[in-house]
Parts: sequence; C-alpha cells; structure tokens
Amino acid sequence: MLELKDVHTYYGNIHALKGISITVNDGEIVTLIGSNGAGKSTTLRTIQGLIRPRSGSIVLDGIALDKVAPHKVAELGVAQSPEGRMIFPRMTVLENLEMGAYARKEKSGFQQDLDRVFSLFPRLKERITQKGGTLSGGEQQMLAMGRALMAHPKILLLDEPSMGLAPILVELIFDTIVAINKEGTTILLVEQNALMALSIANRGYVIQTGEIIMSDSAASLKSNEMVQKAYLGIE
Amino acid sequence: MESIKKKINLRRLGTLAITLYIVFLIGPIAGLDVPAIAAAIKANPLQLVQFLIIGISNGAIIAIIALGYTMVYGIIELINFAHGDVYMIGVFTSLTVLSVTGTLDSKDPVKIILGLILALVIAVAFCAALNASIERLAYRRLRNAPRLAPLISAIGMSFIVENVGLMWAAQAWLVPSFGTTGGASQKVFPDMIGALFKATGFNGGDVNLFASTDIALRLTAKDVLVIVLAVALMIGLYLFVQRTTLGKAMRATAQNRDAAKMLGINIDWVITATFLIGGGLAGAAGLMAGLYNNTAWWFMGFRAGLQSFTAAVLGGIGNITGAMLGGFLIGLLASFSDGYLNARWTNAWVFATLVLILLFRPTGLLGEQTGQKA
Ligand SMILES: Nc1ncnc2c1ncn2[C@@H]1O[C@H](COP(=O)(O)OP(=O)(O)O)[C@@H](O)[C@H]1O
Ligand SMILES: [Mg+2]
Repeated sequence: MLELKDVHTYYGNIHALKGISITVNDGEIVTLIGSNGAGKSTTLRTIQGLIRPRSGSIVLDGIALDKVAPHKVAELGVAQSPEGRMIFPRMTVLENLEMGAYARKEKSGFQQDLDRVFSLFPRLKERITQKGGTLSGGEQQMLAMGRALMAHPKILLLDEPSMGLAPILVELIFDTIVAINKEGTTILLVEQNALMALSIANRGYVIQTGEIIMSDSAASLKSNEMVQKAYLGIE
Repeated sequence: MESIKKKINLRRLGTLAITLYIVFLIGPIAGLDVPAIAAAIKANPLQLVQFLIIGISNGAIIAIIALGYTMVYGIIELINFAHGDVYMIGVFTSLTVLSVTGTLDSKDPVKIILGLILALVIAVAFCAALNASIERLAYRRLRNAPRLAPLISAIGMSFIVENVGLMWAAQAWLVPSFGTTGGASQKVFPDMIGALFKATGFNGGDVNLFASTDIALRLTAKDVLVIVLAVALMIGLYLFVQRTTLGKAMRATAQNRDAAKMLGINIDWVITATFLIGGGLAGAAGLMAGLYNNTAWWFMGFRAGLQSFTAAVLGGIGNITGAMLGGFLIGLLASFSDGYLNARWTNAWVFATLVLILLFRPTGLLGEQTGQKA
C-alpha cells in the first residue's frame, strides 16, 4: 500500500533522513520506533508532503506522493495525528472535526464518520461546542486522532499519540488504535513508548539518526536484545 | 517568581507614570484643555452628538480598512504596509469609473445610482486584484525569510503604489479636475450623493436629513450610506469567515498552518483569498471615503493606514471583531480631537494611542487572535 524507497530529506543542510525505506501493507499496524531526534516525525512529515524529499520515492497505491502538490496528499488518503496534536485552539471541537473532512470529495459520509469518531471518543461528543484550546491534553489527542479519521484515510499516520498522557489514557489511546485498525484503517505508528507500540503492531522498524537500522515482526523486535537494551529499558 | 512579577509590574507603573507625564506636558500644546472642553460641551451639548456622528462615519471607513490589516496579519503575521495605499487606489479607481461613465456630469438619478454601483464593483475588483498581486510579487517568496525582509518589501510596495497614485492623479483623462482641495495633486472627488439629492429633489435636495427640521444637527445621507454599507460589509465578512468552507480554512490556516496543510488545505490559495478580500474591502472603503470626504490624494493612504493599523492593534491584531471595534474607537478619537482639541494634533493622538497599546496591552482590547504560539 505505502512504500518509501531510499528517501532522503534535508532541513537546509541538515541531512535528517538518510535513505529510509519502509513498507506498510494493507490492514497492518506498522510502528516506527527510535529515540528523540532520530527522524520519526520527519518521516511522517515527508510522507504527508509537508517537506519534500531530496531523493527517493513515496508511493501510495501506485501514486507517487512526492510528485503531487502537498495539499493533494490528504485527498489521496493520507491523514495524520501530528506530534504536539496541532488542533485548532480557537475552533470548536465540531469545527476541528469538520476541518478533518476538508479533503474529502464526497461529503455524504460526513455524518457517519462523525458518529464513528464520537463512538470511539465519547468524550469529544460531550465537548462538541468547546474550543479546542480549552481541552485537556488527553482530549486534544483524541481530537487530533478524530480529526484525522474524519478524512476517512487509507492510511493513518500517528505521531507519538501517547506523549505526555497519564498511563490510563495511554491505554485508552492504544486500545482505540487497535479498534480503528480492526475497522479497516491501515496505521503507521510512531512512538517513543516502544513497548506499547510493539505490543499492538504487526511489524516494526527501528530508526536511528535518520537510518533504518532494523526491521522485523513486532514480536521478534520485542525479544531482540539490542532493542530491549536501547528502547525497552530492559538490561 | 513572585518577585520577578513584582519587578515587571513596577517597571510598567514607571513607564505609565512617564507616559502620563509626557501627555500632561504635551497635552496643552495639542489643545488638551479639560476645563475649556467641558465648557464647550456644556455650551453646546448637541455638538457632542455631531462629533459622535462624524466619528462613527469615519470610524466605519477606518474599520473596513483595518479589517484588511488584521486579516493579513492573522494569516501570515505580516503588516501589509501597502494596504493603506491600496485603499487610496480604491479612491482613484472610483473617481475614474465615475468619470469615464459620465456619471460625474449626470443629472439622471438612475444613471448616478448605476454609476455608483459600477464604481463600487470595479473598485472592489481592482483593489482585490492589486492586493493579491502585491502578495504574489513581493511577499510570497519571502514567506520563509527572516521577519524583517517581507516588512521592508511591504514598505517598498507602499512607496510604489503611492507613486502610481501620484501619476494617476496627473492623468486628466482619468481624473478630471474640479479644482483641488489643497496641494496641486489633491483632487476634488465630486459630491455624488449631493448630486443625487439635487437630481431627485428628495429632502428638498439637501443631503442633510435634518435640514427641514429645527434640530441643529447634520446627519447627512453620506453618514447613513457609509455606516450602512460598512456594517453590511462587516456582517457579510463575519458570516463568511464563520460559516463558509473557505472562511473556516482561513481561520484554520491562521491558527496552525502546518495542521491546515496536513488536512489538504491549499495554503497559497487561502493566503491569496485573504489578500483578495482585504483588498476588496479597501476598494469599497475607497469609494466610501471619496464620497464622504470629497477628496482624492495620492498620500491619503498614509493617514488612513496609520489610523486603521492603530485600530487593528487596538482591537487586537489578527482579531476581526477587534478591528471593527478599534475602527470605531479611533474614528471617535480622531473626531473629538479634530473637534475639541486641535486637528493638527490628531495624528499625534492616534500615534500616541498606538504606542500606549503596544506598551501596555500589546494583545489589544479583545486579545490576540494569531496563530497558537504557546
Ligand atoms: N524544522 C527543523 N529544522 C531543522 N532541523 C530539524 C527540524 N525539525 C527536525 N530537525 C532535525 O531533524 C532530526 C530529526 O528530527 P525529528 O524527525 O523531529 O525526530 P523525532 O521525531 O524522531 O524525534 C533532528 O536532528 C532534528 O534536530
Ligand atoms: Mg518527533
């Protein structure tokens, strides 16, 4: 479904991605783990078209994403819950969700998607007229995910959805990720919380200073000694 | 933490004291003579109402121009210094349309009304296109440059547009001369509303709606027209921004540009649309001001720009409702300064207001509405 081949991305002179290759198949949850500054967010931003790769290719269902205009990427079925949530603080919860559906051509499924988001996150329904900026961190994360789902994406990119949340909320968010995936959405999950990510993913990639240093099934990565040492805090 | 807060408060108090001292020092020179003003109001209370009417009418025009500053700032955090000059071009465009359609010499009320409507449409369209072209030409490439670069580019565009106005004013076939209202380049913008009243004989041909009463007030058709048109534009803009897909996309882009991009919003188009709307409003304000003040001058965008920019900052830069409120407040300030203090010092009062807001409440009365920086 989504295939990155030898992607190189720069911030000015900073070589942030040094030849990343990642494949995500239909219906999978794939996780990309790595420490702070490794290039996880850059990978997602590159897929989304927010930064252009200097070389390499990004193909979604046969269409080269790196060749279309950045705002077309969403239309082609890529949605993201970004690092730091980036919800619209002075728009209501409902307006935030409406903006999520911006790229959709058929507006008919809007109500259905809204109901789906509210069934996944009942809290959002209670807050529907509240301004995004007044929500708690956990609610903002739900809103960021809900907004991405409103695009009815083929693939959902999640950037550290557990960051800064209380353990009980982390659990809720991860359960919801599994539920979204069961309903048929393919997911590429970026996490520093590698243990949680590997326990729900099918496969995983390990990124370090802009390079993929390992890729395997989630179960094998979890039992890999090097991964345990570096990312799972197991000595 | 506590003590730092206290220190900042003390510093602010100190600045306030110095500012007040300066105001009291300069105030009397600028005509700030409180007992005399009180006496004047007591002697003729109706005059206060008169200045209120003038202030609200001028404030309505200022507010419409201020919207263009605030919308552009809200979306790209740039002060479009050429905006006041786009408004000036709106005045000249209206005058030219009224001239080439023969409206200026017409005695036929239908023709005058049609001419005015055409002038409005063309001034709005032309200024919208001009403003969007300025963005395309002078700002877009600098979007990721250091803040100072587009600012200097904006000042440059302001000079260029002013000189276009200067040349425009010199073209006799575009701007017929009905005499001047000051320097040689200050042209008369004929009083078409007065002409319309004369042509119809409505209200005895007098634009002053109180003419046939014994109320010693001037509430002219021009006041009513300007206020009604401005309020209609404000309501229209508010509904547009709140309700339409493009309006929501503009708010989203202003609040978080990356998130907006991610959702498939074409940022370039949204920014262009913002400049189109701001420019269109400036064009409408140009016609209103021409009809109201009956003068067309290449430098008039400067004073209007200063007042409107101050209005935008006073209301809270980036905040659309704030710009409307700020516009009326600055209009009233200018009107009272013209009337009770000393007209020559009005710009100074407006500037002083700008400085005071920037010092004590940089977020303006209604608070900053720019992108989330927290
Ligand atoms: N806007 C930027 N400008 C310059 N360098 C950046 C920018 N964003 C990220 N980087 C650099 O790119 C590298 C990868 O960052 P990022 O993708 O955010 O890492 P991660 O998400 O894995 O923590 C880091 O070295 C970071 O300093
Ligand atoms: Mg990151």
